Amino acid sequence: MTTNSVSQVATKACLRAKNVSVYYGPFLAVRDVSLDIFRNEITALIGPSGCGKSTLLRCFNRTNDLILGARVEGKVTFQGSDLYDEGVDPVYVRRRIGMVFQKPNPFTKSIYENIAFAARINGYKGSIDELVETSLQRAALWDEVKDKLKESGLSLSGGQQQRLCIARAIAIEPEVILMDEPCSALDPISTLQIEELMRELESRYTIVIVTHNMQQASRISDKTAFFNAESTETGNKVGYLVEYGDTEQIFSEPREQATQDYVSGRFG
Amino acid sequence: MTTNSLPPDPNDLWQPSRGLNKRVEQAVIWLFGLFAIISVATTVGIVLSLLFETVEFFRVVPLWNFLTDRQWTPLFSNPQFGILVLLSATFLTSFIAILVAVPLGLLSAIYLSEYASPKLRKWLKPALEILAGVPSVVYGYFALLLVTPFLQIFIPQLGGFNALSAGIVIGISITPLIASLSEDAIYAVPRALRDGSYALGLTKRETVFGVVLPAALSGIVASIILAVSRAVGETMIVALAAGLNPRLGLNPFVPVMTMTAYIVQVSLGDTPAGSIAFKSIFAVGMTLFLVTLAFNIISFWFVRKFRETYE
Ligand SMILES: Nc1ncnc2c1ncn2[C@@H]1O[C@H](COP(=O)(O)OP(=O)(O)O)[C@@H](O)[C@H]1O
Ligand SMILES: [Mg+2]
Repeated sequence: MTTNSVSQVATKACLRAKNVSVYYGPFLAVRDVSLDIFRNEITALIGPSGCGKSTLLRCFNRTNDLILGARVEGKVTFQGSDLYDEGVDPVYVRRRIGMVFQKPNPFTKSIYENIAFAARINGYKGSIDELVETSLQRAALWDEVKDKLKESGLSLSGGQQQRLCIARAIAIEPEVILMDEPCSALDPISTLQIEELMRELESRYTIVIVTHNMQQASRISDKTAFFNAESTETGNKVGYLVEYGDTEQIFSEPREQATQDYVSGRFG
Repeated sequence: MTTNSLPPDPNDLWQPSRGLNKRVEQAVIWLFGLFAIISVATTVGIVLSLLFETVEFFRVVPLWNFLTDRQWTPLFSNPQFGILVLLSATFLTSFIAILVAVPLGLLSAIYLSEYASPKLRKWLKPALEILAGVPSVVYGYFALLLVTPFLQIFIPQLGGFNALSAGIVIGISITPLIASLSEDAIYAVPRALRDGSYALGLTKRETVFGVVLPAALSGIVASIILAVSRAVGETMIVALAAGLNPRLGLNPFVPVMTMTAYIVQVSLGDTPAGSIAFKSIFAVGMTLFLVTLAFNIISFWFVRKFRETYE
């Protein structure tokens, strides 16, 4: 069922999931996902809620490790090396594969410190002032906050907070940024700002974004993966990958009926 | 109200019957209000009675002498009332207590909320709160009969009554307070904040100390200030273990007399009511009240200023 029209050019793959299944305790949440994420592209994960998009996304930077009872089966590789190998330090993985969350979660620190804090701990030897400025500029937030860097990050509006979180993520120069519905808590204008921002970031980073919003997926992504959930004999819902391909193809001529129904808004 | 002004429709399936409810609700509101007024009035009454006696006291002893004399000799024929003597003892025992309680309390709070398994936490937290309920007279004897003899092994010049043991044991007695309240504050820091920190490639220790603790700061500081005012007001432990010797200075090895210990001594002794020595306990009580009030105000201000509101 899993159609992988893009596996022929897999050499460019930056992140690869191979037969990944994720359990929460005894409960199977996502089953047997194989998916390649390509460098300097935006990959969108779409599908009805509860089908395991966030769960899969968390596999890519080992944040599932932080959830009690979560277990990942299968193989996830990043630039050819196994992320779940015994010797791999999850802290190091997250250092290189950043994440932006559904709800903006700035630290209870000043705007400046929100960015400087992790950079300092990660041993950044350059000028922190410059780093703060360039990160905020890249996140399209600099002009709005340059006169109040000492103010609390929580004093900003929701959209600004989310851009601060993006600035914070890119400040430590990860190679990949994972975004879990980054706009779902934001108003339409902030959403557009963030979409614009993602398009600018695409040239330097690889982005994987979970989104509920199909227009958003079609506007910004290069590749789209459609997930769905089906009931098992025990009545649980298990998520699986239905179809993966270029965004244009997924939205205009999907191979699967379920994809067609979903992108045309007939369910979900 | 608007629904009542409409003509009732007998055929309506929705027929609310809140007639009695409404009167009960009114009565309940009055009752609550009454209780609230009683508790406020009691507090005001206490402060007022304290104030009257204090004013009486200062008719005889000038405020200036009270604040600057360096002796506390209420029973001498020419008595001196230098509050600094008692204040220094209270400061000393409270300071030692905080030195003990802050590291102990904070580290247990951090351990409980961040490192203990959920199961262990479920057991330890209530245990800690029971510890907070041990009567302070028990702590007082603990200080006098166990801690002091033990410390004398290492510090031979330590008096049988001294500020050090009393301070250490007050510290132990307020540790559960700091631990429990700080733990609440730390535990309440949203998971999203921790996730954000981990996602930046920070370790657990960096996350706890760099992100979680600062986010819980106002709650932690409030718990410490509350514990300080507890230490300042602590009576049984100092009365039993610190001695009854009014002495100005900060030597922790000798017997001293705190403000609370003095009040106990006079209240229980045969000082005639109406004498100036008797009235002095109200002035001391007032000082004690003002000191704790100051701490509470600082705490209130601090929490207001530094509380972070995350949704
Ligand atoms: N921390 C968790 N513990 C247990 N079950 C979880 C947890 N997170 C998600 N799940 C379950 O896993 C399934 C997939 O969830 P999720 O990945 O959040 O879906 P999506 O992001 O597509 O809405 C859901 O059934 C959800 O209830
Ligand atoms: Mg999700």
